[in-house]
Amino acid sequence: MSAAALKVEGLGKAFREYSMEWRRMLGWFGHSFRPASETWVLRNISFQVFAGESVGIVGQNGAGKSTLLKLVTGTLRPTEGTIGVVGRVAAILELGMGFNPELTGRENARYTAGLMGMSPEQIDAIIPAVEAFAEIGEYFDEPLRTYSSGMQVRVAFSVVTAMRPEILIIDEALSVGDAYFAHKSMARIREFRKQGTTLLFVSHDPGAIQSLCDRAILLEHGKVLMDGEPSEVMDYYNALVAEKENATVEVKHLASGKAQTSSGTRDAVVETIALFNSSGEPVEFVNVGESVELRVRARLRRAVPRLVFGYMIKDRLGQPVFGTNTHHTGQALDGLADDQLVEYRVAFPMNIGPGSYSVSTALSSTETHLIDNYEWRDLALVFNVANQNRDLFVGTAWVPPRIEVRRV
Amino acid sequence: MKLMLLAIWHYRHFILTSIKNDLRTRFARSRLGATWMILQPLAQGVIYAVVLGRVLGTKLPNTNNEYAYVIYLLAGLAGWTLFAELITRCLTIFVDNASLLKKMVFPRICLPLIVSGSSLLNNLFLLIATLGIFIAVGNYPNWMWLWLPMLIVVTVLFGLALGLILGVLNVFVRDVAQVMNVIMQLWFWLTPIVYAIGILPGHFALVLRLNPMYAICSSYQQVLLWGNPPHFKTLGAIVVVSLVLLGIGMSLFRKASPDMVDVL
Repeated sequence: MSAAALKVEGLGKAFREYSMEWRRMLGWFGHSFRPASETWVLRNISFQVFAGESVGIVGQNGAGKSTLLKLVTGTLRPTEGTIGVVGRVAAILELGMGFNPELTGRENARYTAGLMGMSPEQIDAIIPAVEAFAEIGEYFDEPLRTYSSGMQVRVAFSVVTAMRPEILIIDEALSVGDAYFAHKSMARIREFRKQGTTLLFVSHDPGAIQSLCDRAILLEHGKVLMDGEPSEVMDYYNALVAEKENATVEVKHLASGKAQTSSGTRDAVVETIALFNSSGEPVEFVNVGESVELRVRARLRRAVPRLVFGYMIKDRLGQPVFGTNTHHTGQALDGLADDQLVEYRVAFPMNIGPGSYSVSTALSSTETHLIDNYEWRDLALVFNVANQNRDLFVGTAWVPPRIEVRRV
Repeated sequence: MKLMLLAIWHYRHFILTSIKNDLRTRFARSRLGATWMILQPLAQGVIYAVVLGRVLGTKLPNTNNEYAYVIYLLAGLAGWTLFAELITRCLTIFVDNASLLKKMVFPRICLPLIVSGSSLLNNLFLLIATLGIFIAVGNYPNWMWLWLPMLIVVTVLFGLALGLILGVLNVFVRDVAQVMNVIMQLWFWLTPIVYAIGILPGHFALVLRLNPMYAICSSYQQVLLWGNPPHFKTLGAIVVVSLVLLGIGMSLFRKASPDMVDVL
């Protein structure tokens, strides 16, 4: 965590259109013309990534994520600004690697390894490992045109990560593969991280970002909107997605140093939220398996036709542990008047593993907060689960086992 | 420039493998495979020989060899095929490899080298078949045939230099490829391959002499048919022109490189 592995300064990328192409050509020789149109996909992007850090890039479609990765990889050249990269970069940009459909998986793997600049000896050395990791069996020696897209991803990922790169860049490629291979490739990425590989990762999957990254960068309209803790950035990003029209995202910094993001029209708001134990006392520390009740009071600031209350328990990394809402439980309220106070009592056994958890709440008119989001509040409540009297276990779920052991 | 050469050296194995793959894939799904590489131009030669030699009764002056015209035709075609393949493949080289250029970082200069290598290999097979036919019809090898490698080098140099320029331009203005397809047809007929230069009126012949492909194809014919040395002076001039074109092509290629992926 000392030297910067990647240093981006004042980076900008514009796609230029000229009324006549020869004007662009004259531009190469010093005689520049004004382009007919100029689209800045990225502008004034500056950030540093330290060696061994892993950074998730999030943002809505067209925010410039893929362009940023292509610039860092080097397939696109910046219009302005600089990119400093230390070490070997391996990248999986989009699906496929420019594979040749007539060649077999093995030949394509060799070809791609060659494209990456490996010598024949190195290629010979890695191919058995590539074949083993891809796990596509006999298909490895079949022409690529017979492959499914998932199989192509398997080969592509296996080749690109056959040798540990200093910087690994992945652009959503993994979301195409099957669940088994996604797990397998995640494990390899984690292994690389342990060995000090810097990771740059674009994904729409908040779970992947939060479990894999120490940091996230939110891009919006080609600018860095936020750069920080993955859970905070993802909360902000989710709020942003929900709030395309009435952008009222608010970030409150809590005493714990965490940032609480809330958004919505505020037609209904959570006034109080607390966790109670079976004897009716408010608690912050809960034993594994203990019966608790989440009590939430919501106030209406305006008459609304329908009100759905949803909550979600998230772990320390912001990964959802459990969540549901009153639409799914068939308890949505209809025709609520202004200033109405509604109390929700959610009783459940705390069947989750030890650790720190947070509760997010949502008030909306339907089961999704993307339509009529009255209020979405992340980190509305924080509590801790401790294992006081159970056998030692790990994980976020409490799944009490009954183990039989016999000598036979 | 030094960096570029270093990159090429580093990627030498890749270039060789790609040339091999190129040959393999081109014929992967056809039954006769690589034989097509030779059959196609030979069939063209046979068609010209039959149509022009037998039907139209084209005869070469100053020769009694009944196969002289066939040899003349195949000799010229050997040179022309190499040049034409280089031009047509270089034209679309960057456009055809768009997905590769967008996804992988590698020295882009490898692409024209791969094309040159595979065109050269194709041409060698054709040349071997052609020479085989020559021997079959009684045109036995002579010492002048040893000039062939030099002729091939000059042809590749000229084709690659021109092809590189056109290939870069075609990325930005796609009409270049369309226009070139027409020009190549015209160029073929403006080069004495299927006819002898002697049948043209005097002032026409003068224009033809400015055509570099005339010097190249006619050198092939001189060497292979007549057993004369090639036109050294003109070939020397073509080498100079080619080197200048190659210089222009390289600098164009380097200037255009940053913009290339943007428009692909």
